[in-house]
Amino acid sequence: MKPHKQPDSRGHFGKFGGKYVIETLMPALQQLEQVYEEAKNDPQFKKDLDYYLKHYVGRPTSLYFAQRLTEHLGGAKIYLKREDLTHTGAHKINNTIGSVLLAQRMGKKRVIAETGAGQHGVATATAASLFGLECEVFMGEEDMRRQALNVFRMRLLGATVIPVTAGTRTLKDATSEAIRNWITTVESTHYIIGSVVGPHPYPMIVRDFQKVIGEEATEQLMEAEGRLPHTCVACVGGGSNSIGLFYPFLENKEVRLVGVEAAGLGLDTDKHGASLTKGSAGVLHGMMSYLLHDEDGQVTEAHSISAGLDYPGVGCEHSYLRESGRAQYVTITDEEAMEGFKLLSLKEGIIPALESAHAIAHVMKMAPTMKKDEIILVCLSGRGDKDVNQVADRMGVSL
Amino acid sequence: MSRIEERLSRLNGNKALVAFFTAGDPDLFASKEIFSVIEKSGADIIEIGVPFSDPLADGPTIQASSQRSLQNGTTLKKIIELVTDIRSQSQLPIVLMTSFNPVFVYGQKEFVEDAVKAGADGVIVPDLPPEEADEFLGYANEKKLDMIFLLAPTSTPERIQRIGEISKGFIYYVSLTGTTGTKATLAKNLQEKVTSIKNKVQLPVLVGFGISGPEQAKEAAQCSDGVIIGSAIVKMIETYSDPAERNQKIADFISGIKKALTNSS
Repeated sequence: MKPHKQPDSRGHFGKFGGKYVIETLMPALQQLEQVYEEAKNDPQFKKDLDYYLKHYVGRPTSLYFAQRLTEHLGGAKIYLKREDLTHTGAHKINNTIGSVLLAQRMGKKRVIAETGAGQHGVATATAASLFGLECEVFMGEEDMRRQALNVFRMRLLGATVIPVTAGTRTLKDATSEAIRNWITTVESTHYIIGSVVGPHPYPMIVRDFQKVIGEEATEQLMEAEGRLPHTCVACVGGGSNSIGLFYPFLENKEVRLVGVEAAGLGLDTDKHGASLTKGSAGVLHGMMSYLLHDEDGQVTEAHSISAGLDYPGVGCEHSYLRESGRAQYVTITDEEAMEGFKLLSLKEGIIPALESAHAIAHVMKMAPTMKKDEIILVCLSGRGDKDVNQVADRMGVSL
Repeated sequence: MSRIEERLSRLNGNKALVAFFTAGDPDLFASKEIFSVIEKSGADIIEIGVPFSDPLADGPTIQASSQRSLQNGTTLKKIIELVTDIRSQSQLPIVLMTSFNPVFVYGQKEFVEDAVKAGADGVIVPDLPPEEADEFLGYANEKKLDMIFLLAPTSTPERIQRIGEISKGFIYYVSLTGTTGTKATLAKNLQEKVTSIKNKVQLPVLVGFGISGPEQAKEAAQCSDGVIIGSAIVKMIETYSDPAERNQKIADFISGIKKALTNSS
């Protein structure tokens, strides 16, 4: 198999990726590329990053053998990479700590971010608070209503949450508004994107900050089992936890990689977030990637029970992996995700984020069809505390 | 010489006025009327905006205009038909301004062919910088559709050089680090920036983003070859629902700007 050396020097993953932004931002992207290159080769940067990941974030996160879930499903052995155990409760903080260190190197005193469910917003506000930077988070008004708890968390952390009232008032519009704000403030501000999306070098940088998930898991699994997994499974919205898990395995073609997209109310409806399964190539938010859009190139609304998967685009490296066939992408409906959410809570005492519940739901289908000595490695990207109200609502329980 | 170059080469010392509006807002019939009003009021070039669901370089005024247009069912295909229709009655240079995705989905080659056939003279794609424009630029140059690139206050000397070499028709200088829309004052460094660009490039340099009235237009034109006005016109289209009143307001506005630019020479 060809070595996976992506992106190329212009930020392209095959035909995907690139820098589709207005001229105003091009110099900032070039600067970021350069600063990141220098940081990557600076032992002090790695030392600082490792320090905060260990003592502040709580890495390495554990790799946990889900014995009762495995027995219940009666097939492959299921291991969970516990990103839900990080500080702030999701993998997003791996990227925000690294990105804030980059902002410091660029001498930028203000950071901005977009957020859907609020996890990336909280992780950015947290990192900004840790380093004393000013922080503004753009969030759709609809998401602010759905995720009031995270809005309050961000405010406690000293961030300003800016309601976005355009369009569907969800993640897509929050991202557009964050980019517009960055166009206006680019000289003083670093934009911290929450996923492996956006113009180059963002998809590369965010991937590099998230690949710690897969690197740790490889080492931990070698220690526990002395071998690599048969299959890796992770949910895909923008796709940062899944790229983080997949990346170290890309050149081991015997390891199967499966990304799980949101099928929402069903793939035969227009209420889903399955860009890779149902979309086609297009340009949104600065990159070429799979996209949900109509025959006139207008971006269509996504839907998912989980705000983190409620996005019409997807990371450009995933588009590349889909076209090359290296990774497969499947879908899970809202209803199936709910089953995953409940089962993991009951069998393992772990309440997963609704995003991660999509990965669990796919494992419920896949594990029983596999041999008992095969291993599935699942990224449990976040914990479900943020979703408890929504799930209760859906179950008809009033809290 | 393209129609745009020709127009800009015979201004006789006056400064150019480029006017923008979104196609299909409030509807395509009105767009044809608005074009004619703007032409008669003295604009040198008209930019017709293609609406997009997520226009990242636009402020609230043009975003809202795009939404209204899309809700009316405007498509790129219908806009190209509009250009054909306008071209049968007007010789004014027409520039299409669009986000890249509608063009990409239409087909880059097909878009260039159809736009040229319809009578468009130039195209501005703000989110298609030179780094990503090789394929599109190939088709545009082949069919002689002027691809107008943007420069910004943040542009480095290397980028100014390169964009000066590949841009056709004119350079669109974004006057401020920000999105489209009216601002109370012009950027403080405008004159310094434009002068430095004009020293490096051969093409006319026109200034857009944030220019909303005769005073600002006059000031911006002092150091440049002309101005581009968009949001102020789009706002009038939003405000005045009566077509006769709207057309009169736009006519007065454009004439006022034109006068300011003519006097500034």
